[in-house]
Amino acid sequence: MFFFYFLAAFLLIRRLTKALKFSILYPKWRNLLTIATWGIIILFIVAFGLEDAVRDFLGIALLFGLIAYINKQQDFKSQGSYLIANIPLIIMGLANTTAQLVASDFYEKYDNYFQWPTVAAFFWIFGRWATSKKQEEELRISTERRAELEALVAERTAELSRQKDELQETVKELKSTQNQLIQSEKMASLGELTAGIAHEIQNPLNFVNNFSEVSMELLDEMTEELEKGDTEEAKAIAADVKQNLEKIRHHGQRADGIVKGMLQHSRASSGQKESTDINVLADEYLRLAYHGLRAKDKSFNADLVTHFDDKLPKASMVPQDIGRVLLNLFTNAFYAVQQKQKAAGPEYKPTVEVSTSVKGKSIEVKVKDNGTGIPEQIKDKIMQPFFTTKPTGEGTGLGLSMSYDIVVKGHGGSIQVNSVEGEGSEFIIALPNI
Amino acid sequence: MKILVVDDEADVQPLFIQRFRKEIRSGECEFAFALSGEEALSYLEHAHSEVVLILSDINMPGMTGIELLSRIRHSYEKPPPVVMMITAYGDDENRNQAMQNGANDFLTKPLDFTLLKEKLKTFIV
Repeated sequence: MFFFYFLAAFLLIRRLTKALKFSILYPKWRNLLTIATWGIIILFIVAFGLEDAVRDFLGIALLFGLIAYINKQQDFKSQGSYLIANIPLIIMGLANTTAQLVASDFYEKYDNYFQWPTVAAFFWIFGRWATSKKQEEELRISTERRAELEALVAERTAELSRQKDELQETVKELKSTQNQLIQSEKMASLGELTAGIAHEIQNPLNFVNNFSEVSMELLDEMTEELEKGDTEEAKAIAADVKQNLEKIRHHGQRADGIVKGMLQHSRASSGQKESTDINVLADEYLRLAYHGLRAKDKSFNADLVTHFDDKLPKASMVPQDIGRVLLNLFTNAFYAVQQKQKAAGPEYKPTVEVSTSVKGKSIEVKVKDNGTGIPEQIKDKIMQPFFTTKPTGEGTGLGLSMSYDIVVKGHGGSIQVNSVEGEGSEFIIALPNI
Repeated sequence: MKILVVDDEADVQPLFIQRFRKEIRSGECEFAFALSGEEALSYLEHAHSEVVLILSDINMPGMTGIELLSRIRHSYEKPPPVVMMITAYGDDENRNQAMQNGANDFLTKPLDFTLLKEKLKTFIV
């Protein structure tokens, strides 16, 4: 029997040698392993001349000693399962030998029952060895695959984060471009307005000049009347002068308001919501838009119809922003009637209508025109940025999309469009009145 | 002499009344006002024989001064009233349009009242 223990010990060392062969630990262990191999062989030869039981014990002790020693070494940690596989052989060997010594009669009679399990335990080692080898292989493959996957994931992650950075950069660029566009759209609409504004300022300025001039004349006349002794007439003149001064102030304020409005329009929006009378805002921008177009096309004329609800409550809004929306709607309406006027006969009366009203919890502003209308096939495009029906260079295509942003996103309101091609359009803005 | 002033700015009225204070007191002139072309036409319907001179703004909402002018030229042949156009835009296009439609004269804002008075004298004579 002793042959099996020595063979097991010999194969254990061979296996360790093989396992270490390509590892950096090999130089450290090489000598010791070689010595162990030769030691086993020498012991085996020596064992030939010994008693049965003694050489069995020697073999078992050798195997046990090797396993106990190797088990303690960190370097052979991975061989744990193979070491354990030797234990049944050691136990069986011990049982075998003990029985042989203690109860030799009994053993003689049943030695088959002792020897066969020992041999089985020996082969068990190789069974275990084969399985563990297979498992090891599988482990190695899965480790490799995991490493591969990890590398792949790392690569993808790097790519994704690079893409994310790129996208963030793009978003930043887009934001700044958007801001520039908003500013240039504002400036473009300001350009359209300039003529209207000039007209609007010219009128009150004329009145200021005329009334101050006439007042000077009146004062001369008053002096004359006083010299004549006609105090009644002098008083009447004084009353006129006073009235004139009031008118001068009134028109001065009118011009002031227009200049302020213009500055407000060009300034970057404060984004601050203020309580605003939308009737005043609509009226101001309606006239500015009208005169703006008039200044460019002097033959153009339109009826301006206003239905302002006198009881309209002030609503909270960013006045510059809503002003831009209204200006845009008016400019569009005037453009539509102007286009239609070019084609239609003299019976056509261009009309732009503005109405304000309270609808439930909202304030509604309706801008209606009897112009060219919007063709069915482009109705769902008109709110898209850069969509315009105007010839290149005349429209930015941002007016309505910006209006949509301001009303819907900025104020939580809505824009509704009703239009019949050839008959006119109606834009209804609803702003929540809280 | 009755003068009809058509302008959508209401403050034109006290201005004319004060500027022509002496003339009004002496009875030389009499003023009527209209705030739109439409109003001017309906006024002329019953008083066109009295009105000698019409001063009209061109840029007005609704009926423009030019339209009013051509209507007047079509409707009232005898005696043809003198029509002077006034506008803030003193460009050639406006002037030509006014003249083609039969305006007697063309003035630009701000109105020079001394000049206007001189012109009135020539038309009255």
